[in-house]
Amino acid sequence: MASKVYDWFNERLGLSGIYDTVLDRKVPKVNWFFTLGSASLFLFTMQAVTGIFLTVYYVPTPDLAYDSIQYIMNGAPYGWLIRGIHHWGATLMVIFVFAHMLRTFYFAAYKYPRELTWVTGVVLLLATLGMGFTGYLLPWNQKAYWATTVGTSIPGTVPFIGPWITQILRGGTDLSGVTLARFFSVHIWVIPAVIIAIIGVHLYLVIRLGISGIPRADD
Amino acid sequence: MTKSTDMSRREFVNLTVGAVGTVMVVCVGIPAVAYVLGPGLKVNKSETWVPVGEVADFTPDVPTLVSFTRTTVNGWEKTTNSYGVYVTKPQTGDPYVLSNVCTHLACRVTWNEEKFEYVCPCHDGLFNIQGDVVGGPPPKPLVRYPTKIEDGTLYIQV
Repeated sequence: MASKVYDWFNERLGLSGIYDTVLDRKVPKVNWFFTLGSASLFLFTMQAVTGIFLTVYYVPTPDLAYDSIQYIMNGAPYGWLIRGIHHWGATLMVIFVFAHMLRTFYFAAYKYPRELTWVTGVVLLLATLGMGFTGYLLPWNQKAYWATTVGTSIPGTVPFIGPWITQILRGGTDLSGVTLARFFSVHIWVIPAVIIAIIGVHLYLVIRLGISGIPRADD
Repeated sequence: MTKSTDMSRREFVNLTVGAVGTVMVVCVGIPAVAYVLGPGLKVNKSETWVPVGEVADFTPDVPTLVSFTRTTVNGWEKTTNSYGVYVTKPQTGDPYVLSNVCTHLACRVTWNEEKFEYVCPCHDGLFNIQGDVVGGPPPKPLVRYPTKIEDGTLYIQV
């Protein structure tokens, strides 16, 4: 029965073709360092899922942001677990994406014909750091407030346009509820949309071009 | 290739990935369901006696609207709910207290002295002075609060 249902869908959707192309593709003999990309993808998925759950209770206003997180941690069942995964997953994701970049660099996997895989990967690394920066403000505690004060002051040192960049980041001269709202918006809509789109391109290129093997001494 | 009865490498990997994946989904999935549904299933249970006035002050056979507010804590927020109750003191016997929430779809009823009925503005539900349905769609009489009288003061249990 199950195989009949599968055959019906497979005939119309070409599922086995997708499986063969995506999961059964030929790869060179590689080592554990080559799992860092999959690990990054897994962590991103976890961040997306737990992030969606956090928005069920989180409120991005100066009055309620802190209280709503207190409720997530102490009131909502397993809120501590959902937020804990999101918190630690964020740190892990930065580490894994960075290690993935190092692996690609040291194994010279960025060379022809994989330049665009590298470029999209760099954008994904920067987007991951952007997620870390915008997410850090959302708890609206002392650490978040002052870290963002510093973080938005840094671009202020750029010659000529610096103060202008700081004001755009903050949505005004001061760090305020406007800053919190726009960081929230960027954190849950803008950067995730960018990341999902570019992961699509990145994976398409990985599947289309295949992965490069470990360089040998005579390469 | 000879066919072996032992598990192949591929079968082992598939089984392991499937098992580990299932454990992970269950470990996160069950808490996630509890996380979303938990607060919805929590019942705010409070049985407090609220004073609504001196028994002697109520005019016999005239329903009187008494309003008060009660706060409950929902998540990170204190919610203030307004209550309106109609107190009626019969010529003889103890007063009874009716909720002004229509039993049809929770609009608020008002006492109409000319019709001598409670009228719901939303769907023309009509209740008599006892709170029984006399017209319109309401399925049940108006809710009666438990009452008690202490030192001449009327209390209701909310």
